[in-house]
Amino acid sequence: MTATTPLGLSDLRSFLRGLPGVDKVGVESRAAALATRSVKASAKATAIDLAIRMVDLTTLEGADTPGKVRALCAKGMRPDPADPGCPPVAAICVYPAMVPVAAAALAGSGVRLASVATAFPSGQAPLEVKLADTRAAVAAGADEIDMVISRGAFLAGDYDRVFAEIVAVKEACGGAHLKVILETGELATYDNVRRASWLAMLAGADFIKTSTGKVAVNATLPITLVMLEAVRDFRERYGRQVGVKPAGGIRTTKDAIKYLVVINETAGDDWLDPDWFRFGASSLLNDLLMQRTKLTTGHYAGPDYFTLD
Amino acid sequence: MFEYAPAPESRSVVEIAPSYGLFIDGEFTSPAEGGTFKTVNPASEEVLAEVASAGSDDVDRAVAAARRAFGPWSALPGAERAKYLFRIARIIQERSRELAVLESLDNGKPIKESRDVDLPLVAAHFFYYAGWADKLAYAGFGPDPRPLGVAGQVIPWNFPLLMLAWKVAPALATGNTVVLKPAETTPLSALFFADVCRQADLPPGVVNIVTGAGDTGAYLVQHPDVNKVAFTGSTEVGRQIARSVAGTGKRLTLELGGKAANIVFDDAPIDQAVEGIVTGIFFNQGHVCCAGSRLLVQESVAEELLSSLKRRMATLRVGDPLDKNTDVGAINSAVQLARITELSEIGAAEGAERWSPACDLPDRGFWFAPTIFTGVTQAHRIAREEIFGPVLSVLTFRTPAEAVEKANNTPYGLSAGIWTEKGSRILAVADKLRAGVVWANTFNKFDPASPFGGYKESGYGREGGRHGLEAYLA
Repeated sequence: MTATTPLGLSDLRSFLRGLPGVDKVGVESRAAALATRSVKASAKATAIDLAIRMVDLTTLEGADTPGKVRALCAKGMRPDPADPGCPPVAAICVYPAMVPVAAAALAGSGVRLASVATAFPSGQAPLEVKLADTRAAVAAGADEIDMVISRGAFLAGDYDRVFAEIVAVKEACGGAHLKVILETGELATYDNVRRASWLAMLAGADFIKTSTGKVAVNATLPITLVMLEAVRDFRERYGRQVGVKPAGGIRTTKDAIKYLVVINETAGDDWLDPDWFRFGASSLLNDLLMQRTKLTTGHYAGPDYFTLD
Repeated sequence: MFEYAPAPESRSVVEIAPSYGLFIDGEFTSPAEGGTFKTVNPASEEVLAEVASAGSDDVDRAVAAARRAFGPWSALPGAERAKYLFRIARIIQERSRELAVLESLDNGKPIKESRDVDLPLVAAHFFYYAGWADKLAYAGFGPDPRPLGVAGQVIPWNFPLLMLAWKVAPALATGNTVVLKPAETTPLSALFFADVCRQADLPPGVVNIVTGAGDTGAYLVQHPDVNKVAFTGSTEVGRQIARSVAGTGKRLTLELGGKAANIVFDDAPIDQAVEGIVTGIFFNQGHVCCAGSRLLVQESVAEELLSSLKRRMATLRVGDPLDKNTDVGAINSAVQLARITELSEIGAAEGAERWSPACDLPDRGFWFAPTIFTGVTQAHRIAREEIFGPVLSVLTFRTPAEAVEKANNTPYGLSAGIWTEKGSRILAVADKLRAGVVWANTFNKFDPASPFGGYKESGYGREGGRHGLEAYLA
């Protein structure tokens, strides 16, 4: 099968192979340099509130129960019960089975509901199963679907299959936003990250997302930098903006601010918005809240002053 | 736009005395004739300190002190000399915050560069050459290489402390003693280093520091009791020095100007190449002898690359050197600013297209916005003369052979850069470039183990690495 996109692309393979390479040493040193930016005082306060608004507060465990999910939703809607000025998170992210519970809990709050689907996290299931998974999540009330690509197919060079799956899932999403998880830790090279990013965008992804959080290497700053370059270049070429979501391993305010700096100096202003950038995280939120309180009160409060997820 | 709040490094971490004498024979002394000059902060034009100007009598005293110290110092076992160098290296690390702030104040370079590049490299040079001090017999210069005697060293203002380290560390490791003249506009870190020498209990006279302008440097290099002259600076002054030491039997190394070609092929990793171009020319305000001041880009990707470069340049933060988020600091002096301004005006007058991102420059101090000239040809003066500022000349080429030809078509030959994902092309092109350093898919990377030096008018001799020992051994 030859992939034909709405953009008139007829040979996906040669297109992806023709993208400029990524120099590993160079991209890592650029990310390290941006990580030394000093964000203090008012800039830090702005950054923390923006980061909170960008969190996809996530629970993806076999042990998830309706009670756990309801607690998470409550936390997402009011992260700091003591401070009504604290913004809510962007979304709650759960497994499809938990979508009905979360949908009920979040109704009318403005916090969006995201669900992983497509045989998350491995993606190793027949396409029909993946599509059914997606439709069920959307039907139960998910606003956003986080799908995984078939890394096996991608690494085997079967780009057409990966492309076709994304197109099919996108169709199954209907009005729901589609985030495409590249699982960059399994793609291993930056060249692959860039190719997979373009592949997902060409196939119609609304967001590209680094990781499931279930493998050894999850989001890193240089990988996110490469993906931000990809969405920037894609918009320049095709006029469509695509969001970016690093997920897994971002636990501290300091880390989150480094990502905001990378957005600021790579893709730019337009991506500094929860509509276009998200953090897939769970423990990050409490650190953001802790730093937020520190900035307002001047001292650190212990962990018991912040609510459990 | 996500605006970063000001994040200034504290200037109170370092103490600057109102005035400084000459460091001779382990003591700060007044100059015989009593002249002084002022050193200013180029970012604000504020006077930082008054510094003694050494006359010929002072240089005599300094050379005599170095001569007296030479005997015992060169007789020490290498392992003992190494202990002093290791101690100096550790003190520099311990006091690196003070030194970084001082360097940024006196030179105008951003604190993130003095903190993350200059100071770590300075310490690394002392550590590296400390390691050689007891292994000189195995360095490949014969079984019992001997030091030369007194080294007269004259260094520039672009990397004041790093150039001092490049000069002093190998000289001391090999058993020579030193009289060093820092640049007129940036003497403070060298004077601080004098204090580091005392803190390390370095025997008096092993390192002497004489401050002053060109005359002081001339007395030093022409002094009859100096055995070795090492100079880093402009080609013009290098020529005068070469003339003055000709026939005297003094050994000479010169590290002079450059007009490096940074060559970007169509198969380059574009985003990283853009970073490399920015690092190549805007690092240290372009006050870098090996700066990639000529961008040679393959015509087939020129438009794409230039639009990426301009977008990237628009994010450069120009301003207060002590702000931790500043990327481009102040031009070192009014004289240098005038030269950059003049050559840029010539570039525009000769028909090249000038472009700078919008940036607010401070009212006081010496500033020049990052600038690129497109449509430059080999015939433009800005493609031939060293500007030594944040000004990039962009030329295009069609084939690898043409790239090599244009890259080599310069009186200089200090450094060059190659950007391509094709390994065989890197090797083939590097082999044909007449430049002392060729970087592949990176730029302005330094390491004490790597020799550095030029072809043609970029000078002779090598500094750094095992090769750097040779200049100080007989």
